[in-house]
This record gives sequence, structure tokens and C-alpha cells, in this order.
Amino acid sequence: MNLYKETKSLVKVNIREYGMYIALFVIMLVFTIMTDGLFISSRNISNLLDATGYIAVLAVGMTLVIVIRHIDLSVGFAAGFLGAIAAILLTQAGIPVLLTIPIILVLGIVVGLFNGVLVASIGIPSFVASLAGMLIFRGALLRVTEKTGTINVKNEQFNAIGNGYIPELANVGGLNLLSLILGAAFIVLYIAGEISKRRNKLKYGLEVVTNQMFVLKLVFVSAIIAYITWIIAGYNGFSWTVIIMLLVVVIYHFLTTKTVLGRNIYAVGSNPEAAHLSGINVKKITYIVFGSMGMLSALSGILYTSRLQSATTTAGTLFELDAIAAAYVGGVSAAGGVGKVTGSIIGAIVMASLSSGMNLLGVGISYQYMIRGGVLAAAVIFDVMTRKKRS
Amino acid sequence: MSDYILEMNGISKEFTGVKALADVNFKVERGEIHCLIGENGAGKSTLMKVLSGVYPHGAYKGDIVFEGAVQQFHRISDSVKAGIAIIYQELALFPDLTVYENIYAGNEVSRGGIVNWNRTIVQAKQMLQKVKLDLNPETLIKDLGVGKQQLVEIAKALSKNVKLLILDEPTAALNENDSENLLELLRELKSQGITCIMISHKLKEVISIADKATVLRDGKTICTLDAAKGELAENVIIKNMVGREIDDIYPKRLKRKFGDRILEVRDWSAYDAELGRQVAKGIDLHVKQGEIVGIAGLMGSGRTELARSLFGNPKSYRLSGEMRLHGAPVQLRHPSEAIRAGIAYVTEDRKGDGLFLIQDIKNNITAANLGNISSRGVINDNEEIRVANQYKSSLNVKAPSIEQIVGNLSGGNQQKVSLGKWLFVSPKLLILDEPTRGIDVGAKFEIYTIMNKLIEEGMSIIMISSELGEVLGMSDRVYVMAEGRITGELPIEEADQEKIMHLATL
Repeated sequence: MNLYKETKSLVKVNIREYGMYIALFVIMLVFTIMTDGLFISSRNISNLLDATGYIAVLAVGMTLVIVIRHIDLSVGFAAGFLGAIAAILLTQAGIPVLLTIPIILVLGIVVGLFNGVLVASIGIPSFVASLAGMLIFRGALLRVTEKTGTINVKNEQFNAIGNGYIPELANVGGLNLLSLILGAAFIVLYIAGEISKRRNKLKYGLEVVTNQMFVLKLVFVSAIIAYITWIIAGYNGFSWTVIIMLLVVVIYHFLTTKTVLGRNIYAVGSNPEAAHLSGINVKKITYIVFGSMGMLSALSGILYTSRLQSATTTAGTLFELDAIAAAYVGGVSAAGGVGKVTGSIIGAIVMASLSSGMNLLGVGISYQYMIRGGVLAAAVIFDVMTRKKRS
Repeated sequence: MSDYILEMNGISKEFTGVKALADVNFKVERGEIHCLIGENGAGKSTLMKVLSGVYPHGAYKGDIVFEGAVQQFHRISDSVKAGIAIIYQELALFPDLTVYENIYAGNEVSRGGIVNWNRTIVQAKQMLQKVKLDLNPETLIKDLGVGKQQLVEIAKALSKNVKLLILDEPTAALNENDSENLLELLRELKSQGITCIMISHKLKEVISIADKATVLRDGKTICTLDAAKGELAENVIIKNMVGREIDDIYPKRLKRKFGDRILEVRDWSAYDAELGRQVAKGIDLHVKQGEIVGIAGLMGSGRTELARSLFGNPKSYRLSGEMRLHGAPVQLRHPSEAIRAGIAYVTEDRKGDGLFLIQDIKNNITAANLGNISSRGVINDNEEIRVANQYKSSLNVKAPSIEQIVGNLSGGNQQKVSLGKWLFVSPKLLILDEPTRGIDVGAKFEIYTIMNKLIEEGMSIIMISSELGEVLGMSDRVYVMAEGRITGELPIEEADQEKIMHLATL
């Protein structure tokens, strides 16, 4: 009884955060039922996550850009352009993969920093600065692919990033062993982390949920991780794309929640004036956020080129808008200072699930766009309404 | 029987717990120039906002009788329709539009939604003649000086057939010549039968122009002085303005022993390139260790700008002069350098540029000194919680936990969090800008007690305040500022309200 009450009040207080998970759950459930379970099959979920990779990493970077009250429209074609450069380095220049990737990432950082300088030092509105960047990169992408058209990449190592899976070690009853081990490790880390967090809070007399609730939450989340692992292990196991995506999320989650840099980013977002007067170098923070965005664009470009095993002339089209949509669905606020990296990943998965589910159902592309637009609007309306209620 | 154009009877207005106006009576006769005076926060602007419908009927108690009829203004346009126009201190013109577009903005000369620009220009010319402004109406507002902009504002008011013109500190930003012009124009308008209410801090001006003057203090009407009866004299006005006694609201401090000069500023000037004027001119001041130095003055006298120019110059003013900390000359180019040099600055506008309202108490308290609770850029959560709890309890912040969102706290508790954030950088010199603005008496007392404790621990404090009582009750020495200059320095024994008011209105 008490547990029920507590659940109710928890959901009420955290409605924005939980709302997103509930929405994802409902979407998945509906598609699963409507496709007679095809949606939740190992193969589909695996493909869905792989197809989300290059948008998800952009959404992570975009989250921070929006948190500091800016926007970056150039990331799509920057990803396309840098992906093409990667293809050129691999095929025409013959540079090995292990060298190509760092070169492209550094190039991405340089591109991002350039945006940062335009925005923070020269004072151009980020919308305009990155719109200019978008046009420039689009032109640059066309320029480098002009002679050859689509550049095919035949490098196995490189293509594995977008299409390959982690080694299996052994097959246990049709399941990928290493993936199972990874999933188990993840659950153990999660539970250990939560327990130590709770101990700490108790030590300082901070508010915590009841014991029952805590256990329930641990079991619930662990069950979900276990289930996803089980599904994925049933196909080819974790793909490199998913591993990269998880790494990016873990690193950025740590960065935003545990470090001085992360705290400063959110401080700049919630009140730039106060941040400046608190001795935070707002310009430096802006450079770093745009620099990271550039690096993640490069990563996105690598993932995409590798997935298609080629660099096309239209690579990157509308990536930026998908990333922005994912971030907003994930609970970022345009007013600044609010938004979680984990939320944006969920946002990206929500959008990808919609596409995947509707594809399975054979919904026409015209309706797909309209429905995704409606979901985006609904997410933001929900956000605004719940925010109003709280204040 | 007098012919009153306006009677405001028993006006009361409350802002969540704070009484801004308490049963105010204010009567204005037709065709007179009536000045409204009082300290900052006395309720003058609030009263005028009630009159103009910024606070709609129902948001206040009492009656407004205008032109013999009880009025219920629900929005500003209602009062404009009745013939009341307000010209605010912050001019409400569109800088990138022309003079004639501005005069008729919101009141376009139009038919069926189509603006007749030719007639607009002709009529604008007539209005400009009325305010004696010889000017091409196609000039852009941003190309005009403040004095002329003010006249355009008046022309705009006249274009709406104004009967009662209200000016909120019209000469605050004007030089002497422009001020004199403006006053002359007001006399001229008076002869044309337009009634005028003017809020002003410049007593000389009030005496020279007013037929009557009403003094407000702490949200109450104190008296109405009549020039015809010879009641308008500077000493009479000041006495009525400041009238109250300093009660026991200022805790006593035991130790008054000062050390070396920790801050010394010589011939310090700051030029604000955005505003295009000097915000601080030739400032000389010093602060000794263990001293509370009060900086008094009216709003806009350059106190905040001076403080910021010393605190790492966040607005990038062009600076000249010399600043010494502990005897050594320093140049602070960013607030972070000022913080490292041992200076902290608690801002005047805690919501606007002081706090991170959407974050919790813990994050706010540690925001300016995260380096102290982190190693290699990673924050030590336990240490942070310990620090936040320590300040929460030592400053007596009333909140359920340090995870409370700061935006949901009361003004007094927000101020304590703001103070805690700056105490955590362990400064040698603490600059407090209006430390008790908008907080209740109980919280004020707590803040004063904290200040005294800090002084006993050897800190030095610069306290900027518009409240004379606070300046006199807390300071060891007082500087008075007016128009970017220090107009006087008074040891606390020699300072009193009249002297400070006199220096502040020079």
C-alpha cells in the first residue's frame, strides 16, 4: 500500500524523466503487439540500435550545446564531409584505420572550435554561424565527392565499426557469451553504484526512497538490462556501434554529472551572467562544448560511412535535425541549463523505434514524417506543461 | 473647494508578504506640477504603476478618482484612453525606428489597418513643435541624445491627448542644460493646462518647479508640502523623507579595530563603451582590514559599476587609475582573477545574475569554488555535501535539504545561499551590493549578524546600499556617490541621514 503511494509520488515528482521511459515502453509494447512480436525480435532490436548510433552520438553533443543555450545546425553535413574525408584517407591516401580515426576526430574538434570562436568570441548567433557552417560543409562534401561520386570503402577493419560485432568467445545455447558477460557486468556495476550512492545519501541525512522502493527499482532496471542483453545476445551480440554508443554515453554522463567541467557547463546554461561573475570562463566553456560537438560529428561521420561501407554525396542530410529532435524528446530545455545526456539517448531510441516500427508495419514515409513530428511536438508540450506545474 | 484632477484614496498594494503601499492618499489639482518624492523603495513607482494600470484594478485596494469619476483601469491602454501618460526613467522608444514612427507607435494614424505615413509625418511635426524640438521627424531615435529622446517621449504622450503627464525621474540621465530645457517645457505645458506629476530625487529641481510635493516613506503618505505656503524647503523635505529612527534592527559589534589598508583605489575611472559614457570618474577610496565601508547613493549613481570594475571587470569597461590589494598594484581581468586575489562580490540582483535558480542549494554554494572540492577535475561528492551542509546550517538557510531548488526559496534564504557561495571562496574582501534588498526584517537582522561575525574574523566588507538606515547602522565609514563620482567621505560619527542625502543629490 505504502509502496503504491510512494510510487505514485515518485512518478509525480519525476514525471518528466519517467514520462520518457514510459513513452518508450509504450511505443515498444504497441509495436510488438501490432507486429506479432517481430518488433521485439533479436534481429530487429539489434538493427534498430545500430541504426541509431550515428544520430545518438550527435544527440549527446547537441544536448550540451542546447544546455548552454546554443544550437549547432552544421553537424549533419560536418559528419557527412568528415566521413567522406575518412573514406578518402582510407582509399586514396592509403592511411591505416588506426591513424585515420584519430585524424578525423581531431579535424572534427577543429571544425567545432571554429564554430565556438564564431559564437563566443565574435558574437554571431549560433543559429546563423552554424547555418553558414552547414552550407559550407554541404558544399565541401559535394566538392570532395564530385569526381568520384560515391566512394566505396573496402577496408574490413573500418567497415566493422558500423557492421561488425564483438567476438563471441563461445556460444551458449544460441547466445553470445561475451555479450552476456558484458550485460552481467553492467548490471553488477549499476547495482554497486546505486548502493554506494544510497549509502552516501543516508550518511549525510539526505532524502532517499524507502528500502522496498530501492530494491524494486534495482530489480526493475536490472531486469530491463538483462532482457535487452538477452535479446541482443540472441542475434549476433553487441555490435561495435552499440559499444561505441555506450562508451560515449558513459563518458559524457560522467563528465556532466561528476566533473567541474560538467558543473560549469550547466552553470553557464542556467545563468550565463551569474556564471561569469562566479569566475567561470564562459568563452572557454563555449569552446569546449562546440569542440566536443565537432568531435562527435566526426565520430558520427565515421559510424555512418562505415555502416554504408561508402561515403555518399548526400551523407549527413538532416542528421542535425534528427539529433536536435532526439535531444528535445529526451528532455532538454531551450531555456538552457536543463537536459541529461542519458535522456537524449533515450530520445534518439524513441525516434528510431518509431521509424523501425512503422517500417515493419509498412506505414508510408509521408505518414512517418508526420507522426514523428507529432511525437516531437507532444514531447515538448508535455515538457512545458510539467514544468509549469512544478514552478 | 479645490479642483482635483486626480484623487487616489486609501491605496494599498502588497507583494507576497511585503506591503509596498499602505493606505496612501494622493491628490493632484488640475493644472499644477506636483512632485512625488521619497527614498528608493518608498513606493513612488508602485503608486504610479497602480495609477497607470500596470497593476490592474483588483490587484490593489482603494479608489482612483480621475476627472471626477472612479476609474477601473484593467490595463495600461485603459489609463492612456482616459488621458494619463507615463514616461519612465528607462525610455520605452524603439531605437531603430524613426522619430515619427516612435511618436505614433501603438497609436498609428491609420484607416482600415493601413497606415497613412504622410499624415503621420505631418502630425509628428506638429507634436515636435509643441515640445520645441526642431528636428527632422525621419531621424532615427538612436541618433538622438538622451535629452532629445526624452522630448520625443513627451511628444508621444502629447499625441495621445494627455491630460495628466507623469514623469519618472526625467532628469536622472540628463546633463544640466537638457534638464533646464525639460523643466522649462514642463512650465510651458502647465500654461497649456496639462497637469504633471514628476518623480524626482533632485531636491533643487523640485523646489524650483513644483507647486506641491508629496512625500512618501515606507509605503505611506507622510505629507504634502505647498510651495504657495512656503513649505518647500530642502531641510523640510529631507526631514520628511528620512524621518524614521534607527531602531534596534542593527546588531551591535564589539571590536572596532582596523588593520592595514587591504584595498586602495586611486583616480579610478571606468568607461562603458556600450552606454558610451563614464560610469565611474576619478574614484579614490580605500578599505582597511576589519572595516565595513558603506557606499551610499541613489540608484544609478555608479556604485554597482564601481564594484564590478573592481571585481575583475566582467562588463569590460575601459579602466584607468590604480588599484592596490595589500599594498601591491594589481590588474584583474576576469572575475576568476578577482576571486583568486581574495575578493568576492555578492550581486544586487540575486535572481538576475547572482544565483542559478534552477539548480539546488548545494550546486549554488560550491559554484564559485569547485576547485576546492575536486581533484583532477572530478568533484568529490562527499566533500561537496559536507561543505553545503556546513554553510546551510551556519547561515541558517531554511530549507528541508541542500537538494532544494534555489528558485523555490524565499528572498532572505536566497540571499543567504548567495552569501554562502561567496563565503566558500574565503575572501579577504567581501563586496555586498544591496545585501538586504527585498528581504524581510528578520532575515535582514540575520544578515547583519553574519556581517559582524565576518568582520570579527578579520574580513573586510564594502557594503553598497540605498537604505540610509542600513548604511548608518552598519558602516564604520561612509562614501557617498553621485553621478559616478565620490561626492563625500564621512566617518560614521559625523554621518547622518541629512548629510548623506545632501551629498547624494548634489
